[in-house]
Order: sequence, then structure tokens, then C-alpha cells
Amino acid sequence: MASVTITVNGTPQTREIETRVLLVHFLRDTLGLTGTHVGCDTSQCGACTVTLDGMAVKSCSLFAVQADGRSVGTIEGVAKEGKLNAMQEGFWQEHGLQCGFCTPGMIMAACALIERNPKPTDHEVRVGLEGNMCRCTGYTNIVKAVQTAAAATAAGKR
Amino acid sequence: MSETFFGKSVKRREDARLLTGKGAFVDDLKIPFTTHAAFVRSPHAHAKINKIDLTAAKAMKGVIAIYTGKDLKDSGVKPIPVGWLLPGIKVPAHYPLAVDKVRHMGDAVALVIAETVYIARDAAELVEVDYQVLPALSDGAEALKKGAPTVHDEAPDNVCFRWALGDKAATDKAFTTAHKIVKQSFRNHRLIPNAIEPRACLASANAGTGETTLWVTSQNPHVHRLIMAAFVLGIPEHKLRVISQDVGGGFGSKIFIYPEECAVTWASRALSRPIKWTSDRREAFLTDAHGRDHHTEAEIALSAEGNFLGLRVKTVANLGAYLTLFAPAVPTYLYGTLLTGTYKTPAIHVDVTGVFTHTTPVDAYRGAGRPEATYLIERLVDLSAKALGMDPLEIRRKNLLTSDQFPYQTPVALLYDSGNYQGALDKALTMFDYPGFRKEQAAARKEGRYLGVGFSTYVEACGLAPSQVAGALGAQAGLYESATVRVHPTGKVTVFTGSHSHGQGHETTFAQVAADELQVPMEDVEIVHGDTGIVPFGMGSYGSRSGPVGTAAIHMGAQKIKEKAKKIAAHLLEANEKDVVYEGGKFFVKGTPGVSKSFFDVSLMAYLAHNLPKGLEPGLEAISFFDPGNFVFPFGTHICMVEVERSTGVVKVLRYVAVDDLGRVINPMIVDGMVHGGILQGVSQALYEHAEYDENAQLITGSMMNYVVPKADDFIGVELARTETPTPVNPLGIKGAGETGTIASTPAVANAVMDALSPFGIQHIDMPLTPGRIWEALRGRKEA
Ligand code: FES
Ligand code: FES
Repeated sequence: MASVTITVNGTPQTREIETRVLLVHFLRDTLGLTGTHVGCDTSQCGACTVTLDGMAVKSCSLFAVQADGRSVGTIEGVAKEGKLNAMQEGFWQEHGLQCGFCTPGMIMAACALIERNPKPTDHEVRVGLEGNMCRCTGYTNIVKAVQTAAAATAAGKR
Repeated sequence: MSETFFGKSVKRREDARLLTGKGAFVDDLKIPFTTHAAFVRSPHAHAKINKIDLTAAKAMKGVIAIYTGKDLKDSGVKPIPVGWLLPGIKVPAHYPLAVDKVRHMGDAVALVIAETVYIARDAAELVEVDYQVLPALSDGAEALKKGAPTVHDEAPDNVCFRWALGDKAATDKAFTTAHKIVKQSFRNHRLIPNAIEPRACLASANAGTGETTLWVTSQNPHVHRLIMAAFVLGIPEHKLRVISQDVGGGFGSKIFIYPEECAVTWASRALSRPIKWTSDRREAFLTDAHGRDHHTEAEIALSAEGNFLGLRVKTVANLGAYLTLFAPAVPTYLYGTLLTGTYKTPAIHVDVTGVFTHTTPVDAYRGAGRPEATYLIERLVDLSAKALGMDPLEIRRKNLLTSDQFPYQTPVALLYDSGNYQGALDKALTMFDYPGFRKEQAAARKEGRYLGVGFSTYVEACGLAPSQVAGALGAQAGLYESATVRVHPTGKVTVFTGSHSHGQGHETTFAQVAADELQVPMEDVEIVHGDTGIVPFGMGSYGSRSGPVGTAAIHMGAQKIKEKAKKIAAHLLEANEKDVVYEGGKFFVKGTPGVSKSFFDVSLMAYLAHNLPKGLEPGLEAISFFDPGNFVFPFGTHICMVEVERSTGVVKVLRYVAVDDLGRVINPMIVDGMVHGGILQGVSQALYEHAEYDENAQLITGSMMNYVVPKADDFIGVELARTETPTPVNPLGIKGAGETGTIASTPAVANAVMDALSPFGIQHIDMPLTPGRIWEALRGRKEA
């Protein structure tokens, strides 16, 4: 067992956990933040994507203890005061989700993507999201959603 | 009737929760004192279970119970039944946990229940199973060979069923008169669905009331309840509640009643504790029902002018180790019946042998039988064009059914409802400059670049129906859909639908339909699905049936509501019911809209009951069951343009154009989305996905590391358009949209690749068209 303090969506959380607990299980089971999903066991699907100190990471590939003292962002922290952010709006507008299971991870990855590259080409969006699988959308509308969000962010709409 | 919402791209209401992490997928649910399940699975494809030693596992702290197949069987658990029976079919027992033998890698032999998932999994590893390994087989064609290992004693030759359809004599005759016969063997390889949400269940038995609630990743919770209650576990149906709220994709794989949810539900009742199980991806690969897996010999008889005279098809369908719910229907009634395609072929005969192998069961996967049929036909069409020196478009034009031929009785049992196949093709050709492409192709070849174009002028069949006919053909269930429309005293509406949404957006589209029919604002309509405790009954969603069948039930329910409401309104208006009209949400006497009763007024009076027509019951609610008279038949033209790299065999899709006719469309944005996703799934069969077993029937593509689930940069954006030919089969004219993309796209891609490779004299390569396979085919070949 180990004591960890992880700042999650801005709030420091201190817990006693088994050292083998994965970050994704810490978020889902210990903190009840079930928006972060688990879709695979080989670090391929990206459903578990969160941000760690602002970088998109796969939370199934980290132990919670590795996030000790650091700051984690999950889908639950993206909308501020009930207002969706540009990426969430983009996904809604462009129908970038169907079953919605990949969506939280996809949004976390896409937010990090446009932060890195505010004006991506379609191809750059596709390459940038290659760590996130979606079986429903065929990605066509996900690319549109990211572009819509990038444009809205650039225009300073939000 | 005026339509305010039908045909509009209304943004989805379900997105508000899904975009913010507030979805309620099964694994997200938490009940106090929940225990966790892990399954002990066979590492062998075929083995006798000599002994299971639980001592070490049981001694582990935190382990609550461990059960074996024998425990379940002894307590009265019955095999999981099959939902479609064919004449002479062999149905070997499929127990939730294997009893004496395991028959595929991943077959479950024991269930461990523990306080945490981590403990359950650790304990499962301590269960010692003494296996006597037996010879195993994975290939459908091998299963029929003399001396092949036997999967089930009941079927010593591994034959589950033999099935045929069509006029054999007429077909044979067509071949005797043929100018040319084109023959080809096809391998339609095995796929693994890979919905991104793994299957999961949470069972909670209440010892006090005797009721059990099961949350499960199901596309059809009422079917789950019926089968688990009545056939497997013997729970009275009204004491089992099945809930499937947010489900993360299905593609067919979540139709079936799986061993895991049966065993977990049974154990929850045995222990009176909630038990949760969530599949990991490795288990999903091994146990989610797989798709396709055919070996086919096909031949087509051609006239000198290029007319299709006859089609003869012989298929061996690999069904895997056990029969799952709809397995027998997929390679028969959903495949053989579609072999007419969009063409005038007058004589067709198909012969299918379903066989057992030591592999994961095979059942409906997006398209289910229709992709296999469509691939075969559309490839044969291109091969025929080649053989006759015709253009692939010219041969299609010559043979396509014309719009004056509908309704069209095919030689393989189906009656096509409506169609305009030429219209869709014409429209696609306005988007894709075919002559221009041929010039570009010729120019590119001079530079050593190999471009290709592939067409797929397809038709498919959705909304399997009617129940009576399906029943006569072996279905063990009805194929209607139900809807309950409940108008509350304030005029707000709740619609309880038996359809199930696992990505399709029913909460939005069904509300569009109901709001239009009842002439109320969309926000006044709530759609409820996925809970047997509150939705009266339902057959769920698969085979693209929600649109053509599910919404029709809502439409019918709304008519009943309006009829009763009109009676009340007429009474309040002191008018004759016949003179009252309902327009813009108001009831009034024709010609005098100034004096009216609103939907709210009437709803309120229905529940106040202070002033109702004599003899009329209070309340305003209707339940309807829509049992369609026929399937519906979406169709269209897909065009794929590829480039094949000579030196590496890599295929790049350069353009993808699709014109689909789905009848009338409720929400274009949502339908486009389904088509996009469907197309990539079909493209991915053509180019990437392949479930492979080794000689010991070990699944060697058992994870996302070696089975390709396509990523964003594996494909491009598609260009869509539609034509609209309503179906007369249902009141809204809807044809179904969930599977067309997958059905149409695979042959479009394969045809395009073969077109690109034609300078090398290559006519056919079996899918998936991976760089390795193409490179192999090109090796040593020179451009002709
Ligand atoms: S759960 Fe699939 S990458 Fe983390
Ligand atoms: S929306 Fe279903 S997996 Fe992406």
C-alpha cells in the first residue's frame, strides 16, 4: 500500500492504494470518475486517455503511484461551470460520436492535439489521433469535429 | 401531416451525457457490496477436462466462491438455446461453463467470485485444470475432410446442417446454354467485431424479494431476459429484470446470450450478492461471437452479350464450436436469399453446409450474411466483365433490375420492395468522373503508378420479417417491434420502445418521429429503452431494424393516441368526432380553428376524467406492435478509387464515393454517421482485418496488437449522397441504414484493387488485401 496525492481536475486527492493499481482504476474505482473508460489491455484503444500535467497519456499504462504529486485531467473536468469546451461542442455539432464509449478519451486526446497544433490539417488530425480507436464513426466526423473545435478556438469564441 | 422534425439533422440529445463522462455503461455502475467475477479459460482448443483442482484458489484471501461447469449443471442450469432451427440441424449442448470438454480456446471452465477484480483474477490463475489435449481444427473446409477431429459426438462428420435454396434444375440448364462460365473460389475470412466497450454484466439478486436485476451489454434486453429466464436459469420471467442503458457499440456481437452473463446471474442468486464481470480485450477476442468465415465455390453463366443467365454457389460456413443465438440463420436465410443482388439473374441455386470447428462461435456481425453475398456477387460481376472484355459499368447496366420491375420476386425467395438502381448509379457517376478516371489511370500506369476503381451496385435486406414467415423458416422468435406511447396529464410524452440504441441515437430520432406524429415540441418527448422493468416488450436492434420496424411501432402508437384524444376533444368541443381535426397541436372543428382544445387540455381531461365521452376509459396511453409484411431493401452504388504501390503492395484508398438509397431518412446527420462507420468496417475487411488460427486452432490474432482495428489514419473521409425511394412496407417509408456501408464497401475496395492489378494479369486475391498478399501475388509478374 502507498499513500498518493494526485490533483485530479484541480482538486488534490489523497488516498491509500495498492501499488499495483492502475491510474485508470484509481480514477474509476477509487474516485468514481467513470467517464474515463477501459477498452483494451494492450495500450491500443485510447479509451482511457487523460492528461497528465497537460500531456495526453493512456491511464491504463500508468500505475496510480506514478502520478503521485502530479496533475491529472479527465473528461469530467473539461466542461467548466456547465459550459462545454470547444472540443465537446465540436463533437456534438459534427456528430463525432455514436455509442460514445471512445469519446472521452478521444476528446482528451483531441484537446491535447489542438493545443500542440492549433491549425492541423485533416491528415495531421488523423495521425494525431492514431492512438484512439473508434469503431462507430469511421472517423470522418471526428476529423470534422476536431477541425470545428480548432477553428472555434482560433476564433477565440470560447 | 406536416413534418417538423422528420428529415432534419437534429443534434443528439444523448450526447450531453456522453460528451461529459456521464454515460452509464455497465462497468460504470456501482452497487454496494459488489463482488467480482473472473473466468478460468481453456488455453487449448480441444481437450477433455480430467480434473479441476480448486484448493489453492479457494485458499486465497478474498475469494468468495468458485464454481465449475458441473456445479451449474447439477444445480439445474440448462444449455443456452439456439434461436433459429433449420431442418435436420444438430444442436449440441452449450452450457455456460464447459462440463467434460472444452471446444475452443477461451472456453470457460470455472467462475471465480472474489471481493475485488484483482483477487478474482489472481485466484483464477491458481485454479488447476488437468486437461487431456485432443486434436483440434479451425478451418471450415478441413472440418469436412475424412479423419478430421470431431467437435461434437452428435455430429461425427462436423456437419451442423445442410441447406439449399433455389431451382437447381433451372440453374443447371442455364449453365448448359451459357456462352461462357466464370468460376471462382472465394474465401470470406473471419472477423472479430471489437466494439470498443467490452462486454460486461452486473447481476444483483435480492434474496428478500426473489428478484434479480441484470445490467448487461445487450442489443436486445428482452430477448436476454426471455432466454435466460425461460431456458437457461429457470427464473420466472417476471422475477428477472434486464437493463442495458448505455451500450458502447454492438455490431451484432451484443445480440447473443453469452455464457458469462448466465453464469454470473446464476452465481449472484446462489450467493445473494451483486457480482460484476467485465471482459478484458483478450477475452473479447476469444469469446465475442466472430463474423463471416466462408469457403465458397461460385460460378456464373453468361450469354455472349453479357447477360447473367445463372448462378451456382456452394458454401461451407464455419460456425465455430457451438451454435449461438442466430448462427444458423446467418449463412442461410441472410445470405442465400440475397444472391440475386441487384441483377436480373433468372436462375440461382445455393447450397450451404454449416460446420463445427474448434473456434469461437460465429454469428451475426454487422451485415450478417449480406456482406458475404454481396462480396461474392460483386466480385463475380467484375470477373465476368473481364472474361467478356466488357467494362464493369457496362455489364452492370446491362443486368441491373430496372425501376419498373418492382416489386420484384427474386429466384431466391425474397420479394424486393422498391428500387431505382440505375438512379443511384447515375448519381454516383455525377460525383465520380469515370471516363476522366480511366484517362488518369492510363497516364499513371505510364509512370509506374497503379490506380484502380471498384464498383459495388448493391442491395441488402433489413428488418427481417414478417414473424409468421420467419417462424415457418425456423425462427424461434417474432420479429415485430413494440412501442408504448404514454401521454402524461400535462401533455408530456414518454415513449417506451423495444428497439435498443447502442450508438444509433434513438433518443433523438425516435423523439423526432413521435413529436411529429403527436404535433408536440421535441423536448416534450422522452424516449425510454433498454429496461425490461419499464419497457413492456421488445425484440431489440440488429439487422438494421430500428428504423423500419421500431419507428413504425411508435407511429402506430401515436395514431392510437390521436384517435382517443380526438374523441375527448370532440366531446369537449361538443362536436361530432368526424368533424374534428388535429392540426398544429390543436383540435378544432374543421373550418373554425378559433375554438380549439390543445393537446394539453385533452391530456389533462383524459386523466381528470371529469368530462369524458360516455363509456371512454380515463388515461391516454397506447401500446402497439408493428409486424412488417416484408423486409425492406436499401440499395445504392459505391465507388472506391485506390492506388496500389508496386514495390510494397500497399493499398491506399484515394477516394470513396457512396450513394445510398435508404428510403426516407429521419435524421440525415445520424444516418451519414452510420454509413461512414459502416463503410470503414467493410473497407477494413477488404484491407486489414483477419482473425487467424494456427494449426492447433490457437487464435494468433488475439489482441489489438495483431488484429487490425482501423485507426483514423488508416482511411480517408468519404463522400456521401443519397437517392430516396420510399418503401411501401412501413408507414414512414424507411429502409434501414445501419449495415449498408459494411455490406457495400468490401467488394468496392476489392474490385478497385483488382482493377489496379489488372496490368499484371491478376484477377483475384482473397482478402484481406494486405501488402504481403499483394506483394506475393505480384512477385515475378511483369506488366502485360
Ligand atoms: S484502455 Fe485501451 S489504451 Fe488504455
Ligand atoms: S463512438 Fe462508438 S467507439 Fe467511438
